[in-house]
Amino acid sequence: MTGPGDDGDAGSDYLDGNAAAGPLSEVFAVDVTVASGRCAHCGRTGELATARVYPNSHGLLLRCPGCAEILLRLVDTGHSLAVDLHGMSYLELQRDAPGSQQKPSPAA
Amino acid sequence: MRTGWNVAEVIGVTQETRTARTLRLRLPGLTGHRPGQHVDVRLTAEDGYTAVRSYSVASALPGDELELTVEELDDGEVSPYLVHQVAVGDQLEVRGPVGGWFVWDPADPSPVQLIAGGSGVVPLMAMIRAHAAASPGSTAPFRLLYSVRSPDSGYYSAELDELARSPLLSVTYVYTREAPAGSGITPHRLDAATLLAAVLPVDDHPAFFICGATAFVETVADWLVRAGYPADRIKTERYGGTGSRP
Repeated sequence: MTGPGDDGDAGSDYLDGNAAAGPLSEVFAVDVTVASGRCAHCGRTGELATARVYPNSHGLLLRCPGCAEILLRLVDTGHSLAVDLHGMSYLELQRDAPGSQQKPSPAA
Repeated sequence: MRTGWNVAEVIGVTQETRTARTLRLRLPGLTGHRPGQHVDVRLTAEDGYTAVRSYSVASALPGDELELTVEELDDGEVSPYLVHQVAVGDQLEVRGPVGGWFVWDPADPSPVQLIAGGSGVVPLMAMIRAHAAASPGSTAPFRLLYSVRSPDSGYYSAELDELARSPLLSVTYVYTREAPAGSGITPHRLDAATLLAAVLPVDDHPAFFICGATAFVETVADWLVRAGYPADRIKTERYGGTGSRP
């Protein structure tokens, strides 16, 4: 994995939204990477796992794969976690989707 | 629910290749995980400096144990420690397993095409192992296309050879730098023609899981979409870094 970048600029050095599952698990009670979000800038909808993650030294940015605008900003100071969601006009969770619960299901 | 950081104990280490090692961890309270998930590992230096990295789970174990395979990165802050120094009995801070999107659902009967670039094989191996463990429960055919630099740089070689004796798994290797001695194969990077000859046909409606360096993943996914495979059947996981294109 790559180390944290400097600024989270929308360059080429990014990961999948899937990679934000751990940090976001500190904030949300369910796995929001499988939730569908709508970009407030361009209207594109899709699972957060398909967005682009730009880690930086104090958190991460989640950018829209369509227009590259910021969907979500997570700032971790060590003492606090702040989440800015103003780049998404809604977030939809399927209640019974496999994986919508963070609790891992026992392997078959 | 398992959230936040938990302490895992290292209960086994296995050298996978010259530059990669598999760590077996015990995570008290864990009751299995889904194939394709990852964990975050946090190391803290004596001065308080912390570094967090994500590693895919390689195993498909039902209880409180899981395995990670870590490739040493030349300029890594975390991987050299995990590959060379950490020992049985040591403890690691772990968050997860997490990530419900890049996972294979054993209840899904779709044929599955896995495509790995280098260490990107790790989460795909978890899927292969879960598939084998679910057998005869799962009759979904699995195919793995695995791009490696050389015959000795592939992970899990003996186990993959063994598992591929099942009619439900076939494995195709692409050697980019060095092919097996005497094979007559010329090493080459994966190209569109090789890819399309190796993967399940469009009419089978396969589910794709592609994992590797960013450029590899994007190039392969693009070739598949151009060949008529629906984009919504292709799931990707980028390992970041500046890995080479196929």
